[in-house]
Amino acid sequence: MDFNLPEDLAALRDAVRRFAAERIRPHTREWDREQHLPDELIAELGQMGLMGIVTPEAYGGAGLGYLANAVVMEELARQDGGLALTVAAHNGLCLAHLNLAASEEQKQRYLPKLTAGEWVGAWGLTEPGCGSDAAALQTRAVRDGGGWRLSGHKMFITNGARAHVFVVMARTDPDKGPKGISAFIVERTDKGFEIGRKEDKLGVRSSDTVPLDFDHVYCGPEDLVGELNQGYVDALRTLERGRIGIGALSIGLARGALEEAIAYAKDRKAFGKALADQQAIQFMLADMATEIETARLLVHDAAQTLDRGEDSRHKASLAKLVASEMATRVGLKAIQIHGGYGYTKDMPVERYMRDAKLCEIGEGSSEVQRILIARNLLGW
Amino acid sequence: MDFRLDDDQRQLREALRDFCDNEIAPKAAKRDETGCFEEGLIPKLGEMGLFGTYIPAEYGGTGLDCVSYAMTVEELSRACGATGILVSAHHSLCVDPILNYGTEPQKHKYLPKLATGEWIGCFSLTEPGSGSDAGAARCTAVEDANGWVINGTKNFVTNGREAHVIVLFAVTDADNPRRRLSAFIVEKDTPGCTLGKLEHKLGIKASSTAELIFENCRVPKDALLGERGKGFHVALGTLDGGRIGVACQALGLSQAALDFAVEYAKTRVQFNQPIGKFQAIQWKLADMATAVAGARLLTYRAAWLKQNKQPYSPEAAMAKLYASEMSNRVTDAAIQVYGGYGYCADYPAERLMRDARITELYEGTSEIQRMVIARRVIDDPAWVAR
Repeated sequence: MDFNLPEDLAALRDAVRRFAAERIRPHTREWDREQHLPDELIAELGQMGLMGIVTPEAYGGAGLGYLANAVVMEELARQDGGLALTVAAHNGLCLAHLNLAASEEQKQRYLPKLTAGEWVGAWGLTEPGCGSDAAALQTRAVRDGGGWRLSGHKMFITNGARAHVFVVMARTDPDKGPKGISAFIVERTDKGFEIGRKEDKLGVRSSDTVPLDFDHVYCGPEDLVGELNQGYVDALRTLERGRIGIGALSIGLARGALEEAIAYAKDRKAFGKALADQQAIQFMLADMATEIETARLLVHDAAQTLDRGEDSRHKASLAKLVASEMATRVGLKAIQIHGGYGYTKDMPVERYMRDAKLCEIGEGSSEVQRILIARNLLGW
Repeated sequence: MDFRLDDDQRQLREALRDFCDNEIAPKAAKRDETGCFEEGLIPKLGEMGLFGTYIPAEYGGTGLDCVSYAMTVEELSRACGATGILVSAHHSLCVDPILNYGTEPQKHKYLPKLATGEWIGCFSLTEPGSGSDAGAARCTAVEDANGWVINGTKNFVTNGREAHVIVLFAVTDADNPRRRLSAFIVEKDTPGCTLGKLEHKLGIKASSTAELIFENCRVPKDALLGERGKGFHVALGTLDGGRIGVACQALGLSQAALDFAVEYAKTRVQFNQPIGKFQAIQWKLADMATAVAGARLLTYRAAWLKQNKQPYSPEAAMAKLYASEMSNRVTDAAIQVYGGYGYCADYPAERLMRDARITELYEGTSEIQRMVIARRVIDDPAWVAR
């Protein structure tokens, strides 16, 4: 039993923390306002090995585990939730799916550029008519010679505006429900593939979220990822990994909100003393810190379990559920500690709260997590 | 980094679970009803080595580590909240300060009999006029040529009825605010030391919560535990560890509540289906499970830090705060899952809820825990990112 972070991960954490403070922090307000992330930043993250954290080194990745991923996600989100989400969807969804199910040839074709940050990856499961009920997806992949033609719509696709590589789930057998779904690689330049307009979102605004349109987009046999009709199973396995990353991202947001609130409380005076000398504020800070520590332990537990090759699904759901709901609560408390100033964009705390709310929704809403957890408890 | 129990700890857990299911759980309701531990319980716990879990072998104990001790309190509490605190208060609040601050003669005199349960231990700091404000205690110990003379009234002493060995805190220098209190080891049968009123409580009814009255109670010079004037330091240091025990108790009670609620949800049928099919129940169970999982990690982390001699005070406070508050939510939710039956003594849920309530109060109220945590978070902002 050992609750200390290993030295190499502590060093990684510190390096990303420094990078985030220097290169990300000064721009977060602008990026949130403009819904923008500079391409150069993605390239820098690539150079740091952060665009392929768990991808094996053979394909240009850092070859680290999910605990390392959690550490990195927390540090990135501490400064910018949208940037962290961009990295999370790239690593935790697109690359995760390819790592799990892609052929050697596909990996050689795509992973090196993805891990370098030269290409960004996206992952398309959700549709206008189905989010939580993902198994009911409608995008069709109809046989055409040796390949398929994809037609349909995807919705709320993170990184869609900047990605070159898309792993897309489509229905290859209309009669088999979840067992009739396959995964395909679609490239940005494919004919018939249209990337829609960026959503104007409450939070994680520096992350782009777009609809996708498929009008008979051709995918050859070399573009099928994994086995035919196994796409949904692989998608679920991908989500189980991705949700640990979202849990870690939530912790970063909450910690950012807390750190800002502590600094503000020590500085701001009212009734003759610092806010930090008022018990009500002290108790809020104590609760925020306790919730963050609890959530972090759950996220790290899930990550370690996955890294050991054990079944981490239950723990991943616990971690994501707790961390995301906690981050919204902590964000709201941080605004409250800042008082009126917390309600303005001059202070970063309102952004942390706005960013946190997404974490309760994406990669398996809190409702889905509760269903999964209860199912595990009841043995059904 | 590895949050799992070691192999021998896992084996210990299995043995404990077995013992608790067979020997402790069956009489939990009876203990609550009668308000006392049945004859034979203490010797039985003693034979299992549960009164000396982390007393080193050289003093007659089982010589296990803090994580293993934490497990024993959790498992015992899962079976019976009152039994859990009997063992926890004995260890964390009496054995621990003697181990940490006692002289070798004191350790050799007290630890062997504490280890077997021949003597039970307790901790006496609180007074009618000073609970959270422990530093304002008024019980005095006046030194003379032959020892110390103790006068005053203490209350809310857990194990006060069963205990022979009392770790007591009294004022030895009223005018020195930083060195006001000293700690003493007092044997309960010392003339002048009387067991007073026993509290009738909402929960943990079998656990005695006693008044101790000291009237010209004379103890020898070597009854002093640690340095004169360092009593407050001894008390706080001891309570840091005691917090872990209470977190374990809360955890055990909550795990029991969760397990019972899940079983009931699978079997109770309403509207032609097990109630576990309704999302309202699923949501409760899921939230209970997340709360228990979080508390478990916080608690074992604190135990691990303590056993590895790393600083653990705010971590222990977080564990106690979170585990105690969640245990109240979880046990309350268990009653709700049981519906009307949850309100009846025939079913375990209501006793678990009543037992859980104390965990937010003793060994430092939730308010005190928040003060400890806030102090660290505010004075050392980098701590939250460590």
